[in-house]
Amino acid sequence: MDPIQTLVKDLAEKHGRSRESVLPILQGVVEQEKFLSERSMIEIAREIDIPAADVYGTATFYSFLETKPTGKFIIRVCKTITCAMKGKNQILFAIQDMLKISLGETTPDKQFTLLETNCLGWCHKAPAMLINDEIYTELTPEKVREILTGYMKVNVNH
Amino acid sequence: MATSNQLKRVDFIFRNENDWEKILSSTLKKKPQDLINELISSELKGRGGAGFPTGLKWKLTAESKEKEKYVICNADEGEPGTFKDREILSRVPYKVLTAMAICGYITGAKRGYIYLRGEYKFLLPELNKVIDEFDYYCKETDLDFKISIFMGSGAYICGEETALMESMEGKRGEPRNKPPFPTQSGFKGKPTVINNVETLVHTFTIFKYGAKKFYDLGVQYSRGTKLFSVSGDTPKPGIYELELGMSLQDFVYEFGDGDTKAVQVGGASGFLVPRKKFKDAAIGFKGKLTGISLPTGGSMMLFNSSRSMFNVLDNYLEFFREESCGQCTPCRVGCQQLLLGIKAVKRGEKPASYLDKLLRLTETMQYTAKCGLGQSVANSFSSIVENFREEMIY
Repeated sequence: MDPIQTLVKDLAEKHGRSRESVLPILQGVVEQEKFLSERSMIEIAREIDIPAADVYGTATFYSFLETKPTGKFIIRVCKTITCAMKGKNQILFAIQDMLKISLGETTPDKQFTLLETNCLGWCHKAPAMLINDEIYTELTPEKVREILTGYMKVNVNH
Repeated sequence: MATSNQLKRVDFIFRNENDWEKILSSTLKKKPQDLINELISSELKGRGGAGFPTGLKWKLTAESKEKEKYVICNADEGEPGTFKDREILSRVPYKVLTAMAICGYITGAKRGYIYLRGEYKFLLPELNKVIDEFDYYCKETDLDFKISIFMGSGAYICGEETALMESMEGKRGEPRNKPPFPTQSGFKGKPTVINNVETLVHTFTIFKYGAKKFYDLGVQYSRGTKLFSVSGDTPKPGIYELELGMSLQDFVYEFGDGDTKAVQVGGASGFLVPRKKFKDAAIGFKGKLTGISLPTGGSMMLFNSSRSMFNVLDNYLEFFREESCGQCTPCRVGCQQLLLGIKAVKRGEKPASYLDKLLRLTETMQYTAKCGLGQSVANSFSSIVENFREEMIY
C-alpha cells in the first residue's frame, strides 16, 4: 500500500466507515498532507464505499479543506470588517513583501501559502491571522515580520 | 450626554464555580417535567441570534417517542463581530458539558456533540481534557451520556442548525427545508436539541440559581443577561455580560469613542443603527420595548465618523457572496448582484435610483431565500443604504 492508502485506511479505522466519517477523514488527510489530492479523495470514496463525486462535493464546500497543493504553513489573514478597518492591508503588504508572493500563492520552497479568510472571531484584538491552527492577534507589520522570521528559523533547523 | 439608565453589568457566565458535579447530581434527582417547567418559566431564549424559547425546544424533543436522540452544542461561531463562544469554551467549558448532560437527561438523549468551528481548532487539547474528566465522572456515576467534539472546516453557513447537521452527516453544509424542525428530525433524522454555547451556560445558571433569579434580570420578552462582543471603534473592545433591554444610547455612552457614527447590532446579518436613532433603539427581542428592538447574537461593532459606510457594506456583501452555500438562487445570485450593483453605482455606471432596485432585490431575497443567511442580507443592506444613501453614491 502507498502512503495515501495507508493514511486513509488508518483514518477510516479511527473514525469509522459511515457517511458521517467523511469530514473527520478529510480533515485527517489535510492535517497530514496539507491538501486533498484527487488520489486521496478517490481513495476515501473507495474506503467508505460512496461515489468519489460525493467526497469531492463535500471537500470543496469547506474553505479549510484545500484541494490544491499548499505550503507547509498556511497563513490565513482575516479580511472581515473589523480586521479590515484595523489595518489588515498593511499586514498583507508586510507578508507579501517578506515572502515575495501574492495572495493565493505559495513560496517556491513550498513553505508558506498566503490566503485571506473570513471572520476568525478575534475582532476585539484585530487584525488577526492564523498560521495553520495557531492564532496571532493585534498584529502590526513589525510583529508579523517577527512571527514569520520565527517560522523561517524553525525550517532551517529541520 | 446624560443617560437615563446605566448599563447593568452582571457576572454569571464567567463566574468561576467549581460545583458542577454537585449541580449535576442534584439536578438529575429532579423530575424532567419539573426541570422543563423551570426552564420555560425563566423565559430563556436562544442566544445564537434567532431567539427561539429554549424550554419549548427541550420540551418538544422530550415529547418525541423516538429512542435515539441527540444534543448538539453549536460552537460554529462565525458571525462577524462575535467571539463570546470561544471565551466560554476556554474559560468555563464544564458549565457547557453539565448543561448538555442535563439536557440529555430531560430529553432522553444519550449522545452529545460540540460542533466546533475549524478556526478554533487550537482549543481542542484543553477541551478534550475537560471532556475526558467529564466522561470519567459520567462513568463513575452511571450516567449514560457521552460527549464528543465534531470539527468544522471553515464554513459560516454551518452555524445554521440544519446545515450544521448536514455537515456532521458528512455532506456539504447546505441548509435543509424547514419544517421538519430539528426537534422532530435533526441529526441523522432523529430528534435533536441544538443550542448555542451561551444558551447552554444560561441553563446551567437557571438550574443552579432557579428560574426567578434569571427572570428578574432584563425586561419583558427579553429576560436575563447576554454576552456582548464589543469591537470596532471603541476604547474598550472585549466581552461583556449585560442585562437585556438596554438602550443603544446607553451602550454607546459606555463603549463609544465619543465620535460614534453608527453601530452594527447582530453582526453582518444584523442591523446598522445610525447615530440619530440610538435613543430609540433597545437591545432585545421583539416585544413591548418602545421604538426599535434589536435581537442579537451579541455582536456589537462600533463605527466612528472616519469610516466609510460604503466600505462597510462592500465588506459585508463580499462576506455573504463567499459564504452563501449556493444551493438557492435568490441568495447565490442575489449576493453577487448586490455587490456588483453597489460598485456600479459608486463608479457612476448606474444611476442612484439603481439603489432602489437593489433594495427590492433584498426584499425578494428576504421572502424567497431558503435560510437565514439569504433572508438576513436585507437587514444590513437596507439599514445601511437607507441611512447612508449619499455615501453609497458619492
